[in-house]
Amino acid sequence: MEKKYYIKHYCAIKNEAVYKNGEVYHEDETSDNLKDFAKGIYKKLELKYPKFYKMDELCKFSFLASEILLMNEEIDEDTALVFANKASSLVTDRKHQETINDPENYFPSPAIFVYTLPNIALGEISIKHKFKSENAFFVNEKFDSSFIMNYSQMLLDTQKATKVICGWVDLDSNKYDVFLTYLTREEGKQITIRELTDIYNNDYGRISRRA
Amino acid sequence: MRRAYLNSDVIISPLGFTSEENIAKLRNNISGITEQDDTNLHRTSFYGAKIADDKLEELSLQYDLLAYTRLEQMMLLAVKKLLEKNPSLDIHKTGVIIATTKGNVDQLAIDMQSENAYLTSLSNTIESYFTLKNTPIILSNACISGGLAVAVAKRMIQAEQYDDVIVIGGDVLTAFTLSGFFSFQAVSDQPCKPFSKNRTGVSLGEAAAALWVSSNKIEETNVVLTGDASVNDANHISGPSRTGEGLFLSITKALKEANIESEAIDYISAHGTATPFNDEMESIAFSRANLLKVPLNSFKGYYGHTLGASALIETIIARHCLLNNEVFASKGFDELGVSEPVTVLKENKIMPLQRVLNTASGFGGCNVALILEKINS
Amino acid sequence: MAELVEELKEKIIDQLSLEDIEVSDIDNNDPLFGDGLGLDSIDALELIVLLEKEYGIKLTDPKEGKAIFQSVQVMADYITKHRTK
Repeated sequence: MEKKYYIKHYCAIKNEAVYKNGEVYHEDETSDNLKDFAKGIYKKLELKYPKFYKMDELCKFSFLASEILLMNEEIDEDTALVFANKASSLVTDRKHQETINDPENYFPSPAIFVYTLPNIALGEISIKHKFKSENAFFVNEKFDSSFIMNYSQMLLDTQKATKVICGWVDLDSNKYDVFLTYLTREEGKQITIRELTDIYNNDYGRISRRA
Repeated sequence: MRRAYLNSDVIISPLGFTSEENIAKLRNNISGITEQDDTNLHRTSFYGAKIADDKLEELSLQYDLLAYTRLEQMMLLAVKKLLEKNPSLDIHKTGVIIATTKGNVDQLAIDMQSENAYLTSLSNTIESYFTLKNTPIILSNACISGGLAVAVAKRMIQAEQYDDVIVIGGDVLTAFTLSGFFSFQAVSDQPCKPFSKNRTGVSLGEAAAALWVSSNKIEETNVVLTGDASVNDANHISGPSRTGEGLFLSITKALKEANIESEAIDYISAHGTATPFNDEMESIAFSRANLLKVPLNSFKGYYGHTLGASALIETIIARHCLLNNEVFASKGFDELGVSEPVTVLKENKIMPLQRVLNTASGFGGCNVALILEKINS
Repeated sequence: MAELVEELKEKIIDQLSLEDIEVSDIDNNDPLFGDGLGLDSIDALELIVLLEKEYGIKLTDPKEGKAIFQSVQVMADYITKHRTK
């Protein structure tokens, strides 16, 4: 990575826990479903944002991870969002499909259908923080940190954004994997793409529990 | 900074299987929207733009693509035809970006766990079919996907990541999206009527397209993407902004990058989905950007809303309009039905064109603006 | 009628994912939109689905909803008159 940009914060949600900058922020081994797990993080963050409950789980996890990155941060309207995942909005796609599969019980729901697009997660975050900037949602087989970082840096280089939240938010059949970073020009942790990939690959959930 | 030339393109749609066939139909103001009466698609009849099954099958047979899904057939046809007409274009050396909203989502009706329903099945198909070294990138950004993908291609070329990029866009007409748009009470009971007083909603359509974006021009007179910007409304996940904020800012930023004022725009290819709120929002954004006097149209009356493909198709058509110095009537338009007096094209026109603004907006509050400029070297 | 009103409140909370709101928080005559429960355009469409799914009432014009979704009481009155299931 070029020297002029820094990763100010990073956040991961995996293995029933939430991490900020490598430290455990929240652990939850009791919730047996994603909805409750997400609600627990929401409560921990002490948010008052009833729209949260209307979101699908992909949006909830994207939203929560971005909240953790932006805690105590001054909000910059020109913050672009560059996310990627493997399963797009497939969890909600299947839910919508279920509402139309049976002709005798055909009740497609607008509140489900609207979440059958992965970029809605970016819209939700933009609404919460009034980010008037670019939203881009990419789909890959696996987290390609160099692609996402290069693209984000391109936005910063060409003045299309002054800050970027970028990373990976994947959700599929109760499996989840969230890793977001907050990229700014301010001094902070300077991380190479290689190191970033290592951080992503490092299963510090298990490390912390072993310790 | 390197230029991003739009060199060549193919549109696969109900209006034809080459860009030229499509343009000929537009010139005759022929719409691809017809009454559809297929209960596999929707329980009632509806107006939509669907590629005739027999025609697609015939062509797929000719190109030996019958083993692929409908969308994959359409996308592969678009790319194969693009490569056929441009022998100098080597797909193994280009970047490939795929724009789609729902990919093979129709496969869910057959199997809820279908592997094909993953959008990555499209990139895997394109990769293995053409034996590419790199997996194509997929962009899924609602109804601006096709336009944003062209912007991404330009940026990759300018950042010297690639000399050439092929942008592929496509979405199919499915029970999945139809049921959703019906649940939003957003489907018109007649062919859609963008910007008209009595518009009641969208007609959906299907199409695929491929566009070659390059750092090198292949013709003396060519079209360059000189400005692009994408700004979110930060307002509502499905309702367009009442102030047109995100679209207005997208246009302003794209003009700034192209280093021109709004007076320099000769024609606008608008999004114009024909829902009451969307078209109203666009008129407000165009008014705020001082673009009310610029002739504009929407192609949704010809193609229906082709979702992830739509903004790519509209970029391609805008390229041909620039090269041919012609613009087309906004199909379905009768009496102006938005609060700001935008100049909707009621008939085709031959007129000198130098710069075109192409816009799109979508669910999630996203917007994109592209500035295309004709350059005579 | 009182039973229907209670049932409706529960269904609205459930269907519209109003997790922080209890049945007792909703007054029969509170406006559902605007300052009331703060519902939005997607909620309005979702209420149309609820009417059809639970009570067999089909609204084809979203504008009709505006009059019916004034309050839980108005909704209950409308359902009583028009329900088919």
